[in-house]
Amino acid sequence: MTIKKIFIAASLALSVAAAAYAEEQKAPAAGAAPAMSAPAAQGAPAATAAAPAPNAAASVATPAPATPAPAKKELKTNRTITIGMFLVIIAITMGVVVWAAKQTKTASDFYAAGGGITGTQNGWAIAGDYMSAASFLGISGLISLYGYDGFMYSVGWLVAYITVLLIVAEPCRNAGKYTLGDILSFRTSPKPVRAFAALSTVAVSTFYLTAQMVGAGKLMALLIGIPYKLSIIGVGVLMVGYVVFGGMVATTWVQIIKAGLLMAGAFLLSFLVMIKAGFNPIGFFSTIVGSPEIQDHVSKLVLKDGVILSGVDAGQRFLEPGLYLKNPLDQISLGMALVLGTAGMPHILMRFFTVPTAQAARKSVIIAMFIIGGFYILTTLLGFGAAIHLTPQGITSVDPGGNMATLMLAQQMGADIAPIVGDLFLAFLCAVAFATILAVVSGLVLAASAAIAHDIYVNVIKDGHADQHEQVFAARLTSFVVGACGIMIGLAAEKQNVAHLVALAFAVAASGNLPVVILSLFWRKFNTAGVISGLLVGTIASISLVMVSPNMTYPKVVAEGAKKVIVAMEKKQAALPAGQSLSEKDAKALAKAKVDAQQTGTSMVGLDKPLFTLKNPGLISIPLGFMAAILGALAFPNRRSEEMFDEVYVRQNTGLGMAKAVEH
Amino acid sequence: MAERQYDWKAIAKNPKFVELHHKKTAFLFGWWIFSCVYYFLLPIGAAYTPGLFKVKIIGVVNFGYIFALSQFFVSWGIALYYSHVANKDFDRLTRELIDELHL
Repeated sequence: MTIKKIFIAASLALSVAAAAYAEEQKAPAAGAAPAMSAPAAQGAPAATAAAPAPNAAASVATPAPATPAPAKKELKTNRTITIGMFLVIIAITMGVVVWAAKQTKTASDFYAAGGGITGTQNGWAIAGDYMSAASFLGISGLISLYGYDGFMYSVGWLVAYITVLLIVAEPCRNAGKYTLGDILSFRTSPKPVRAFAALSTVAVSTFYLTAQMVGAGKLMALLIGIPYKLSIIGVGVLMVGYVVFGGMVATTWVQIIKAGLLMAGAFLLSFLVMIKAGFNPIGFFSTIVGSPEIQDHVSKLVLKDGVILSGVDAGQRFLEPGLYLKNPLDQISLGMALVLGTAGMPHILMRFFTVPTAQAARKSVIIAMFIIGGFYILTTLLGFGAAIHLTPQGITSVDPGGNMATLMLAQQMGADIAPIVGDLFLAFLCAVAFATILAVVSGLVLAASAAIAHDIYVNVIKDGHADQHEQVFAARLTSFVVGACGIMIGLAAEKQNVAHLVALAFAVAASGNLPVVILSLFWRKFNTAGVISGLLVGTIASISLVMVSPNMTYPKVVAEGAKKVIVAMEKKQAALPAGQSLSEKDAKALAKAKVDAQQTGTSMVGLDKPLFTLKNPGLISIPLGFMAAILGALAFPNRRSEEMFDEVYVRQNTGLGMAKAVEH
Repeated sequence: MAERQYDWKAIAKNPKFVELHHKKTAFLFGWWIFSCVYYFLLPIGAAYTPGLFKVKIIGVVNFGYIFALSQFFVSWGIALYYSHVANKDFDRLTRELIDELHL
C-alpha cells in the first residue's frame, strides 16, 4: 500500500514536472514540426508508411505550383487548458487505479477482473482497447487528404470483428482462463505450447506497443510541446501504474473512460460539421466536389500519375478510389491481416476472459461493433469536414501526413462559436488522444505480462504450483518489467520508422496465433506439434517477409529517388528566367536530395532493394501459418489430443466445466 | 468449488449436442464466409472495376461510397442476426441439453 502511494505521488509529480519543463521550452513544437511525418507512423498504420519517404520526394519533384509554398504552420494549443485537461484525466484514472487496487487480490482479479465485468462494460472496453490514436487521428487525416481511400481503409477494422464474434469470442470464453496459452494448452503438452504461445504474445505486443509508444511521444511533443523523451517516460509511468496496481480492473475502466470520451468528442465534432452542412448529407458531398481547394489538391495528386483533371471532375475524383491505396494486392493482404489478425490479438482475446459467460462475451462484441463502426462513420464526416473547412493545403501545411486534421477541425469549429470554445474543444480532443494512448498501451502491457507471468513463470517454471499471493506478485513484477522495457524501447526507437510495426503485429497475430486458435477449437486431429509449427512458421514468415519488404529503408533506392529530384530541380532552375532562383521550398528539397543521393549501403538485412513487393505479408504468411499448423499436426499425430477433443468441443459450446476456468 | 466430472464423450454423442453442433457450424462458418467475401469485394472492386465505383447514385454520391458504407450495415446486420439466432436457438438447445443431463 505504501509503495502504491509513493508510486502515485511519483507519477503525479512527474507529470507536473513534464508540464513545467515544457513551459520553459517555449515553442519547442516548431522544432519538432518538420519531423512530423512521423506520427504518420502512428496514424494510419501500414498504409501511411508509404507516404513519408517516397511521396514526400515525389511531391517536391512535381513542378512547383504557381502559388507560393505555404508557410510552415503549427497547431496552437492553449497550454493551460490542455495541461489542465490532461491532469483531470490523470486524476480520474488514478482514482480508478486506487479503487481497483483494493479489489485486486487473486490472479483471476489481476488478469480477468475476476470475471466480473458485464457484457456492456466489456463492449466499451474492447472498443477502447482497439481504437488507437491511429484510428482517431490517422484515418480522419487520410480521408481529409485522399478522400474515398481513407474511408475504404477504415472498413476492414470493423469487419474484423465478425471473425471475433462468430469464431473466437464465445469458445475462448468457455475454453480459456487468462491467456492465449490457456486455450492452446488444453489438449496438448502444456509446457512447450505455453512457452511458444507466450513468445508469440510477447512478439505481437512488443511490435504494437513500440508503434504506440513512439507515436505517443511524437504526438505529445506536437500537441503540448513536451519533449519526446519526457513524453515517453510520462506515458510509460502512467501505463505501468495502471497495470501494476490496478490490473485488469483498472485497465478495463481506463479503456471504458477513453472510449466514452472518444465517442463524445467524435459525436460533438460531427454534430458541428453537420450543422454547417445544414444536416444535408447530399449537400455535404456536393460541397466537397465543388470546393476549389479540394479540386486543386486532387489535380496535383493525379498529375503524379500523369492524369490531367480539373474543376468538378477533380472534385468528384476525391470520392473515387485510387488516390492513396494504389496496390490492390497490398490492400487485400492488409485486409486478410485485419480480418484474421484482430481475432488473434492477445490483448483482445484477453478481454473475453473478463466476462462471466459466453452470452456476455457475445453481447460485448456486438456492443463493441456498434461503437467501433459508429466511430468510423463519424470519422468520415470529420475527415471530409476537415477537407472542406480547412482545405487539404491547410492540413498538410501543419502535418504532411494529415494526422492533425481532426484536432485542427475541432479548434476551428469551436472558434466559430467563440475563440475560447475553440481552445477548449481542442484541449478536450488532445486529452482524448492522451487517454487513447494510455488505454491502448495498458492493454498491451497487461497481455504481455500475463503471458510471461501466467504461462511461463507459473505454469512452465513452477508447474502451476504457486499460491494466489505469489501469482499476483509475479504478475505485478512482470508488468513492471514489461512496462519498463516498453519505455526503453520507446526511447530507443525515436528515430526509427515504426509505421510498419502495427501491420506487422496484425500479420503475426493472423499468421501465427489465429490458425492455431481456430484449429485447437475446431479440429479433432490438432496437437502439440501443430501448435508449435503453426506459431513458429506463421510468426517467422510474417517477420521475415516484412524484413525484406519495401517497409525497410533501402539507402540505394533512396539515393536513386534523390537523383531524380536533383535532375528535376536542375531542369526547373534552368527553365527559370536569368537571375531568379528556386523558391525556398525547392531549394531546400534540392539540398536534401543532394545529401540523400550520397547514401549507399544496404537495408537492415543486407539488401539493395526489396525482395518482396508487398508491404503487408498476410497474403503469403497467413496461408503458410495454416499449412504449417496442419502439416505439423498430421506429421506427429497424438492420440491423447484427439481423445480430448470431445471435452474441448463440448466445453466451448456449452460452457460446462467453466468453474475450473473461472476459479472462484 | 469442487470440480464435477463429466463424461465428455457421452455428451458429445448426445443427439441434442449433435444438433447444436450442426446448426452452429453451418451458421457460423456460413456467415463468416459470406462476410469475408462481401468485404473483399470492396478492395477488389475498387481496384479492378473502377468504372462501377464511379457510377453516381444519389447526387454526387457514387456506388463506391454506398458500397463501402453498406459494409458497416452488413456487418451490424450479421452481428444482430447472429445475436438473435444464438439467443433464441443455440442458447435454448444448450439449456435443454444441460437439463437433460441433469447437471
